Amino acid sequence: MNGETRCREEGNPFLPHPARIVRTYPLTQDVKFFQIRFLNMDQALAFKYKPGQFAMISVLGAGEAPFCLSSPPSRPGLLEFCIRKAGSVTGALFDLKENAMIGVRGPYGNGFPIEQMAGRDILITIGGLGVAPLRSVLLYCLDNRDQFGKVSVLYGAKKPSEMIFREEYFALKERGDLECHLAVDADDTGSWTENVGVVTTLFPKLSKVNPENTYALVCGPPVMYKFVLREFVKLSIPKNQILMTLERRMKCGVGKCGHCAIDYIYTCLDGPVFTYWDVLHMRELI
Amino acid sequence: MRIVKLKKEYFHPFLDVISRQAELWAPVKKGDKHIFDRVEDFNRIEMKTTRTLLPPKKLLVPPAFNTFTFNAEGYQEDLSHVSSKILFGIHPCDIHGLLTLDKLFMHEYTDPYYVKARQKTLILGLSCWPDEYCFAKSTRTHIIDEGFDLFFTDLEDFFLVWVGSSQGDDLLRMKPDLFEETLSDSDIQRYIRWQTERDKAYRTEINFMAMPDLMELKYKAPFWEEAGRACLACGSCSMVCPTCNCYNVLDKLALGGKPGRRLRLWDSCTLVEYSEVAGGENFREHKADRLRLWYTHKLQAYVSKYGKPSCVGCGRCLVTCPVEINVRTISKALEGEDPKAFWYRLPSEVKP
Repeated sequence: MNGETRCREEGNPFLPHPARIVRTYPLTQDVKFFQIRFLNMDQALAFKYKPGQFAMISVLGAGEAPFCLSSPPSRPGLLEFCIRKAGSVTGALFDLKENAMIGVRGPYGNGFPIEQMAGRDILITIGGLGVAPLRSVLLYCLDNRDQFGKVSVLYGAKKPSEMIFREEYFALKERGDLECHLAVDADDTGSWTENVGVVTTLFPKLSKVNPENTYALVCGPPVMYKFVLREFVKLSIPKNQILMTLERRMKCGVGKCGHCAIDYIYTCLDGPVFTYWDVLHMRELI
Repeated sequence: MRIVKLKKEYFHPFLDVISRQAELWAPVKKGDKHIFDRVEDFNRIEMKTTRTLLPPKKLLVPPAFNTFTFNAEGYQEDLSHVSSKILFGIHPCDIHGLLTLDKLFMHEYTDPYYVKARQKTLILGLSCWPDEYCFAKSTRTHIIDEGFDLFFTDLEDFFLVWVGSSQGDDLLRMKPDLFEETLSDSDIQRYIRWQTERDKAYRTEINFMAMPDLMELKYKAPFWEEAGRACLACGSCSMVCPTCNCYNVLDKLALGGKPGRRLRLWDSCTLVEYSEVAGGENFREHKADRLRLWYTHKLQAYVSKYGKPSCVGCGRCLVTCPVEINVRTISKALEGEDPKAFWYRLPSEVKP
């Protein structure tokens, strides 16, 4: 019958691979950092990913959910995630201690087009938890610094205590090979030395942008996109060089369960990274 | 393709031989409806049914099944839903439905739960006669030339049997003396007459080729809101649709040291939780948005990928939806007609 001749036998893509939590600590009140290693070293080495890709994490009994990788592929071996407690899977994940077992499968999704981005200027705009996927691409660029042109980062958070990886970004500001501007919507500490205001107030601080040669990346809360995209367009960055990564409900990660469908595409296969042009010409993207 | 003849009186003897090889499933009566059921008494088989309540997908991807079990040691793949089956009485539209599912489950990240069940399932198709809800002719799924092992065309006192696969041929060879290899001219004429009459019997027609454009042009048409207001968000349309494949995943823990299970369950994009993400953000909170997604998939998205709609014209949504939101009424509305559906009759004061 047809099934027999058509299918390619492969391993079961739905079985998670056993992994352990190496380190976990809170980044903010409701966001935690997780560093994870596969039990099987071959699995760890076989897990080759691109910035912007995601993995499905299982907490047995609680379920499975997609999370973007926060570590850069240029630092193989351990996987890092930064995860907000928001549902049943993340709730169960937050209860786990270091060395606890979880399941991981992936990597999935298209990821950022790093081959095309090589040699170009990179402008990264982060809002809040949007740091999770963008940290991967930023660290990748910095680990391969000579492959990229100018690297600029604009990072906004609600308040100083909610700036995820705050120390990491303050340290980046000290580096001479990138431009990094930080802002908080409101300073409730009185000791914040950086900018106060929404992330778009950082755009005037940017040194001159060469739009044709720039890839502009954005990730953050839904409300932020409209305003940041407007700034990118004002800078005349081409719409297919404006990249964003989106969040959708997913149950499989491999184009079967249907939940992440938008128009004729699946976020898990064709995304989660989309260009501004994709967003304009496809309905429901943002 | 080889075509042989089987006299009606030899039909049960043939089933008798082949049902020793695998579970035989066929349409049987359930109340005033029909379902696919395991059959041991061949007299239960309904030869003249229209659509069954659920399409045959229920036997390949059951409404709920275990994908794996787990305990402290790790994961154990669970393929217990897979067994050798012979499905008799699958109509052409439903075979097309299976071919549509094949494209999804056997493409990019092959799904072992589907593939293994599909490999162990033999498809014995059966011709049918349309009722007022069938529109398989509009979807060109009233004829079938692949996707079956045997296909039986019922010509009253005999069947013409198309042999569609090597396994189908093996079935015939288990009792070769039941089949006649030579067809007479009158047999062939009988078939041609049957086919001509059958094709004329379709009363519902939908212009599917116009739908992708209309879906785009009428995406914001007010009828979507009206249909959304009437929609019960019950998900029945997806349960009965031969090409709806969406599923949900659920972990179940067991007491007493028994392994936990990860289940896969049928899901529908018309249900409210379908597009909800962590933190309560819902990308399709309104029923109208979810209906648009369902119809985008059936009438537009699949066409741009595969050149045909993912609707197979079985008419199940027409007979199932309690508020008459179905491929026929939505197509009519897209064409600018008043489909006189329930949602057009709803008083405007009924709010979502």
